[in-house]
Amino acid sequence: MTTAAEAISRPDRPSVGERILRWLPAVVVFALGIAAWQWVLPWIGVERFLLPPFSDVMTTLRDERDLLLHAGWLTFKEALGGFAIGSSLAVAFALVLARWRPLGNALMPYLIAANAIPIIAFAPITNAWFGILSPWSKIAIAAVLCFFPVLVNTLRGLTSVRPESIELMTSYAAGQVALFRHVRIPSSLPFLFAALKVASVLAMIGAVVGDYFGGSTDSLGVKILSSVSLAQYETAWAAIVVASLFGIGFYAAIALVERWALRWHPATRGARE
Amino acid sequence: MSHNAAVVTIRNVTKTFPRGRVTALQEIDLEVAHGEFISLIGPSGCGKSTLLRVIGDLVQPSSGDVLVNGKPARQARRDRDYGIVFQAAVLYDWRTIAKNIALPLELLGWNRSRRAKRVQEMLELVELTGFESHHPWQLSGGMQQRVSIARALSFSPALLLMDEPFGALDEMTRERLNMELLRIWSETGSTVIFVTHSISEAVFLSTRVAVMSARPGRISAVVPVDLPQPRTADTREEPRFFELVTEVRERLHAVGADKVVEELEALE
Amino acid sequence: MSEIAAASRVRRLQPRASATTAVLAKIATALLVLAGLWALWEGYRWTWIHFDLHRPFVVDDTTMPRVHDIVGALFDRTQPDGPLLIDFLFHSALFTAKEAAAGFAIGAAIGFFLGAIVARFVFLQRGLMPYIVASQTIPILAVAPMVVVGLGSLTVFGSTPTNWVRVAVIAAYLTFFPVTVNTVRGLQSAAPEAVELMRSYAAGEWKIFWKLRVPSALPFLFSAFRIAATACVVGAIIGELPSSIQDGLGGAILNFNQYYALNPAALWATNLVAAALGICFFLVVVIAERLIVRRPPEQLV
Repeated sequence: MTTAAEAISRPDRPSVGERILRWLPAVVVFALGIAAWQWVLPWIGVERFLLPPFSDVMTTLRDERDLLLHAGWLTFKEALGGFAIGSSLAVAFALVLARWRPLGNALMPYLIAANAIPIIAFAPITNAWFGILSPWSKIAIAAVLCFFPVLVNTLRGLTSVRPESIELMTSYAAGQVALFRHVRIPSSLPFLFAALKVASVLAMIGAVVGDYFGGSTDSLGVKILSSVSLAQYETAWAAIVVASLFGIGFYAAIALVERWALRWHPATRGARE
Repeated sequence: MSHNAAVVTIRNVTKTFPRGRVTALQEIDLEVAHGEFISLIGPSGCGKSTLLRVIGDLVQPSSGDVLVNGKPARQARRDRDYGIVFQAAVLYDWRTIAKNIALPLELLGWNRSRRAKRVQEMLELVELTGFESHHPWQLSGGMQQRVSIARALSFSPALLLMDEPFGALDEMTRERLNMELLRIWSETGSTVIFVTHSISEAVFLSTRVAVMSARPGRISAVVPVDLPQPRTADTREEPRFFELVTEVRERLHAVGADKVVEELEALE
Repeated sequence: MSEIAAASRVRRLQPRASATTAVLAKIATALLVLAGLWALWEGYRWTWIHFDLHRPFVVDDTTMPRVHDIVGALFDRTQPDGPLLIDFLFHSALFTAKEAAAGFAIGAAIGFFLGAIVARFVFLQRGLMPYIVASQTIPILAVAPMVVVGLGSLTVFGSTPTNWVRVAVIAAYLTFFPVTVNTVRGLQSAAPEAVELMRSYAAGEWKIFWKLRVPSALPFLFSAFRIAATACVVGAIIGELPSSIQDGLGGAILNFNQYYALNPAALWATNLVAAALGICFFLVVVIAERLIVRRPPEQLV
């Protein structure tokens, strides 16, 4: 006879007070950090060309926000384009390599090694291919940066299925397509999203830093470099803040999609943090 | 198909794993009649799980024949003549309990209403009504195994293969699930081949107990269990039960099964 | 199930002779992959030129030099009485490697130290971890120019930091974050029962740390080291860009970029060397991991 007591009881959701208490140290540190930036750093002699005070950076950010946001948006679009292309190609390849296992097994070490190549160093070459001013040269860099991590992790996810699960599907005389659709793909989703989050960061970095080898003056990367060369450090740091905000936003967007896609996952449901 | 025909016929099956030159099974001969409950018991590494998988065409024998429902094992698998339950419940976290049970029915192409009806029937069978929308991790180990059994029987196969299904559960849950399994067995009228490490479980559940020897695995003895049906909690305390357990134990000792001694300590 | 697992386990205990064949097989696969890449390159090149395709970009000797031209350029001199390109690149790579390695060492040490402290004190963890984790979403690499230029104008202990030290700071910064995060996770990954066991031996916190927590943390640490190895090399190359440091690979890339139209093969050769450097750093970590950490090999099912 089944009683409800047999089912695993879920831990009580933390109260509002408990949640505030948990986040309090982080908030305090944030406030302290800003304060330190504003007052302590200049006081111990960190020159303003290394890191200008918080207020100066914020003022510049406000004054030049149109320019900076426009540049940020441009760069973000490049990152997004590269992310979309690189990730979709990676997922497609991962499905193929998971289906034909000997190929996947043989290539895996090389894919992992390829991940270690400093792709950004190829920016001058993509500039030569697509033209320095074209966004495609940065999109290409971002795409390649995203490709390998997403491929490796998705492949891992597609192939970390327990043997009994495969035996179960074999007992149902299910074909490869059914196996992928009902087992491999759903169990690869946590891996995929972890990789996509990493890829979003890489894409932003690729788009910004790719411009350090040359790019359109409208872009964030070129703005940062030119501001540094003109000793306008407040502008440079303000641009970094803009890049960071776009980066965090991108990451958060993916995290939100992940919460929805993985709503069944025990870790998500466990109401952690 | 007459009720007397064997559901499973195993003739002279040998299985060697080529790479390690391991002979897992040696010249196995066995017939399982319709409606039987037969346990395979033996020391670790004796090949009982391999034999189960040979019956299910999950592993191909190196030589010999396997007939299930009068067909070769491969055909029987394609026709979905059996359901299988593993030691791990192998439920999918992204599906609710109801959808987990419905998985084989989806693969068979059943339409939605037919699936829903059968899922309800299965939940009633394993006494888990009300848990349709739960997810596997919300259920205890014993409940997960019941879902696994419900899934295995959802398409009404004639044969049920079970590989130490209760091995990961505690003693009390095991005994309760043993009773449940017997009830399900009598209600569905299926044939069960049950792999286990536990002598008391084997004797309690089965109509026959096949004792396997250590590698290379052979069937060294088949012990008929003549305890009355239906078995109840009291069955475990009958003298005949102890006699049968002792007989199986001696057969196992004869094939060098030391692991089994702990089982008997637990009984006492 | 155990019988099947046992049989496949037996498969892995191979006698000595097959171990050498395994190594040979690995080398053969590597050569096969390289040959495959070469074939892909030349094949793509030939197809695009033959059919005069313009998407995604025009293919000719400048945008995609032939592989043997690139290799050949390594053995040319870039200047009449200068060194062979391969010589030059080797020294540049060494310079960049020095920056990256120094940065890696410093960043890893600080990261581990900070991670150990944060793991020990829960309030530090609550306060700092969100930022350390969030900082991984910030394009830190973008800060490289400012840091390197800024440090160049700084005087520390009465002298300006040398070129490579400034770039090493970038590499250290990039190493520090993943190492800290993984140190915290790793040090806390020991099973509670394992800790209880140590306590039952009357082991003090220090002993528990070194004998239990640190070994448990090693797999996590090496995961971080893998990421850091790549990040250091990238950071070093990028760091060299704005400060006109000529000695490293970053400077070489900028240089050959200027003369790309005249000598495309030289830039490609430089990038190949940069790629090789990244892979080398990565391999060092992988080999070190194999030696230090006993992990079950990666098995695709």
